[in-house]
Amino acid sequence: MSDSKPAPSPANAGAPDVLHIARLARLAIDPRQELELREQFTRILEAFKTLSTLNVDGVEPMTRPTDFTDVMRDDREHSSLGLDETLANAPARIETFFSVPKTIGGEQ
Amino acid sequence: MSRPAISLDACGLAAAYGAGQGSAEANVREALTRIDALEPSLGAFATLERERALELAAGLDRDRAAGVPMGPLAGVPMALKANMCWKGVEAHCGSRVLAGYKPPYTATFVQRLLDAGAIPVGMTHMDEFAMGSSGENSAYGVPRNPWDTRRTPGGSSSGSAASVASGMVTIALGSDTGGSVRQPAAFCGIAGFKPTYGRVSRYGLVAFGSSLDQVSPFARSVRDIERVMQVISGVDHADSTSAQLPALEPEFSESGVRGLRIGIPREYFPAALNGDVRARLEEAKRKWVELGATLVDVELPHTEHAIPTYYVVATAEASSNLARYDGIRYGPRVEGDGSLQSMFAATRAAGFGPEVKRRILLGTYVLSSGYYDAWYNRALRVRRLLRQDFDLAFQKVDLIIGPTAPTPAFLLGEKASDPVAMYLSDVMTAPVSLAGIPALSIPCGFVEEAGVQLPIGMQVIGPALADARVLHAGRVFEAATEHHLRRPPEGQPKAAGTNPGVRA
Amino acid sequence: MSTTNSEIGYVSPKTQVRWIPVIGLEVHCQLKTWTKLFCGCRNEFGATPNSRTCPVCTAQPGALPVLNREALELALRTALALGASVAPTSKFDRKNYFYCDLPKGYQISQFDQPYCTGGGITLESGKRVRLTRIHLEEDAGKAIHDRGDTTLVDLNRAGVPLIESVSEADMQTSQEAFEYLTALKEILQYVGASDCDMEKGSLRCDVNISVRPEGEPWRTKVELKNLNSFRNVQASIEFEIRRQVEAYESGDPAQFPVQETRLFDAEKGVTRSMRRKEDAHDYRYFPEPDLPPITVSAERLDRLRSALPELPTARRARYQKDFGLSAYDAGVLTADRALSEFFETVARLSKLPKEASNWISNELLRNLNDPLLPIRSIDELPFRPHDMSLLLGMLDKGEISGQAGRKVLRAMFETGKSPKDLVASLGLEQVNDSAALDDWCREALVGKDKIIADVRAGKTKAVGALVGPVMKASKGSANPQVVQEILLRLIAEMPS
Repeated sequence: MSDSKPAPSPANAGAPDVLHIARLARLAIDPRQELELREQFTRILEAFKTLSTLNVDGVEPMTRPTDFTDVMRDDREHSSLGLDETLANAPARIETFFSVPKTIGGEQ
Repeated sequence: MSRPAISLDACGLAAAYGAGQGSAEANVREALTRIDALEPSLGAFATLERERALELAAGLDRDRAAGVPMGPLAGVPMALKANMCWKGVEAHCGSRVLAGYKPPYTATFVQRLLDAGAIPVGMTHMDEFAMGSSGENSAYGVPRNPWDTRRTPGGSSSGSAASVASGMVTIALGSDTGGSVRQPAAFCGIAGFKPTYGRVSRYGLVAFGSSLDQVSPFARSVRDIERVMQVISGVDHADSTSAQLPALEPEFSESGVRGLRIGIPREYFPAALNGDVRARLEEAKRKWVELGATLVDVELPHTEHAIPTYYVVATAEASSNLARYDGIRYGPRVEGDGSLQSMFAATRAAGFGPEVKRRILLGTYVLSSGYYDAWYNRALRVRRLLRQDFDLAFQKVDLIIGPTAPTPAFLLGEKASDPVAMYLSDVMTAPVSLAGIPALSIPCGFVEEAGVQLPIGMQVIGPALADARVLHAGRVFEAATEHHLRRPPEGQPKAAGTNPGVRA
Repeated sequence: MSTTNSEIGYVSPKTQVRWIPVIGLEVHCQLKTWTKLFCGCRNEFGATPNSRTCPVCTAQPGALPVLNREALELALRTALALGASVAPTSKFDRKNYFYCDLPKGYQISQFDQPYCTGGGITLESGKRVRLTRIHLEEDAGKAIHDRGDTTLVDLNRAGVPLIESVSEADMQTSQEAFEYLTALKEILQYVGASDCDMEKGSLRCDVNISVRPEGEPWRTKVELKNLNSFRNVQASIEFEIRRQVEAYESGDPAQFPVQETRLFDAEKGVTRSMRRKEDAHDYRYFPEPDLPPITVSAERLDRLRSALPELPTARRARYQKDFGLSAYDAGVLTADRALSEFFETVARLSKLPKEASNWISNELLRNLNDPLLPIRSIDELPFRPHDMSLLLGMLDKGEISGQAGRKVLRAMFETGKSPKDLVASLGLEQVNDSAALDDWCREALVGKDKIIADVRAGKTKAVGALVGPVMKASKGSANPQVVQEILLRLIAEMPS
């Protein structure tokens, strides 16, 4: 997460590096799209900068609209899907595995 | 078969069927006939499940003949949105990334509908992953508004709204994240209800914004909305965010809305509001007073921040929710340069449309290192302020009303090229979604634009878990007005040519 | 090797400078629940690939997680056993990254509000290794890279509950790391949280390590991965200490250690830099909207605490004090909770704690480790502590010989029958006083004039060479002590 120096707000957040974000999101984009997206991003974020005019000090972030806690289930088995069902939609499979392009371990 | 089943509402249809009149098969055939007649001009359905529906109907007819008690929606044909899981039925969510995807399981709410005897006849078109306000962000087809086929039925639950408004089916489900059921209900002149967050299980609804999404019904009467809610609401142990409450019980009161305090937030009636919309809402206010309610001015001062807040929160959640579309377990795969990561990037680049990409990138950005506090965390705090606005207002009033959308249905293509303008059309629905409270959109009048009648929707908003109160008030208003009885013109000429900006 | 373990720090053989290693461990441990963390699929190792999966753990669109109550329970017990403090409220977060074994594209973990902080482990030396935190999260699936031209993905492991315990960088030697891991593993097993079987991957350890000259501040730390045994953890630390010291002592800043992840190559005994990750470590953590927060009340913690089993350290001390066992024997018997409980029951029933200790830590464990027998753990024993105590009783009363006792125990492993029945059916009653004994002894003396002469000359020990043949003739049923006495008597009675 961010290490916040000045009170972080859209006003001082800086312009997004579209290519970097697209890499993070695993979306291949070409230079034309990059240009277009940068322009749209600038407009959208400009329109959204009103958020920085608000004083939110001491306001608790609202992650979800509900306030209940501790929803759990018992440690009981329910039937798994059949192998056919699990694998039915997979574009590539070998035996009962999903198959993907060769990759070395641990790469993220 | 003395009168066409379709002229009855779902409650009437189920009652007649339960009493031994007609057959489920006839109901389904009638719906399919109507769909076949209207589909060419409306394009509401992504997939039709004729055989499944007829099989379900036949099963129901056999059960009834054998004396099995019939459920509350027995024999009622209906539509599901293409982001709902019904085992074995394609749910592509309007996206190429899920082309051909047939879920291996059935959503809790779909199962409850099936158990109640409802018969889904197909899956309806939608904006890709429910991201849009016009239905135009679909990889498969763009539904049209039955009142004027040059216009959008609204979005993202476009096909479901069009299918109910045109009488193809009596009820349909949509999903509402920032207004995706209420706005199309308003544009199509029908009722659409977004329940309190957690009232209906999300298990089996393909996620867009997890803390905002709610399965939400469409119908041509509030009574039918209540009936659907009775069936689909109630705690589900497969969804940790579902409220630990039984199914909704409709509220009945002899005194109607007499004595009810109704809040009028001035932020929902800005100077720039469309004049016709304002006029219809003024009439509606008078009607509420006539019915015995008291109007009270309230303030929702953070409303102007709702759109940025909504788009930051929803896109952040979406960027994560849509990470699973990676070409491994489902959906078509596009190989990249041979590596795993390039396969991910190529599959996703080819699978997602421009608006979804825009939102994934926006959501990734607001969560990324260095921007989290400035954008995402700040938006969550503003979200709290928006919720507090409602909490304070509901200390003074029982319900709040306002327009559902700032304009009537706009023309297809009108806003397709301008994401910011499109985002702003959610201005009256997004705050309610962020707060997680219930809101109903019902028709409150019509305007004439270029020779056609277009419906206007009114939003009735209640405090958290006051779903029954909202629906009760809606039913009372409906009983005193006739807007909901008007039907779109039949046999409209097909829209001439293709609409600008519409991808098929 | 030698320098890192015996004293604090590592003295460079080149410069004689004393370098202080700074070591912290991150241990991932699978919890021993019946089902996965967020769905009802079996938490089971070794099943047919992808046969233990459902819409939730394969990330089908629309599926949602629900927390397994038992996983939290086990995690809480672990926290209490480690003396850690449990947060009254904690929450789950999403850790976002893309990899083929991570079906949702995010891992449900805990970021800034873990369920547990603090606590620690005291090593033999009395040194305390502090824990920073423990958090609850889901495991990823398994990617298999060594079969054919593609990578294969098995999601059976996806969603298995894990706790990750992160230690402070309090350790300075590989030996301390080993002791810490051993103690942590013991505790996890004692509270029933985990099998801690590194071979099956239910315990996995990463090392964070740096070195600094004595008296200087901390330097760049390196993460070591791919450590699939405690021995490898030790070996990788020892290698890495030498590597980092040599790197610094080269004087060339380009050679200095950099912040990176290195994989341990167990065959070569070296660590190797992993390919640099693109945009590593922007996991975009945010609160998991699909899961409400967890609260744990003080009352619940009290209840859990009072239900905790006695922990290994306390138990070892008690065995030494109450049963008079050596520190070593107490250590062997408490290394495994089931073994320890088996021992205690046998000791109590037989009232022979020392004998129970000897027989269990030697004979019983020998059989458990025998690859010819299918029984691998105390839980799988086909007989009860009661049977073991009967066996000890017969041995104590001299009803059977030690050798016969070993045979009976073996037969108990093989058949599960009671030792009384086995002694009878195998004909192993100790023969102390019978005509048969005399006969076997007389036979043994035939032609052994040299021995007889030696005995007569006062070298009574020489008779020992004849005990064996008699025991053999009796098929082990004779009491060797008695045999010896008879042999001496017979020699004395012989006419000279």
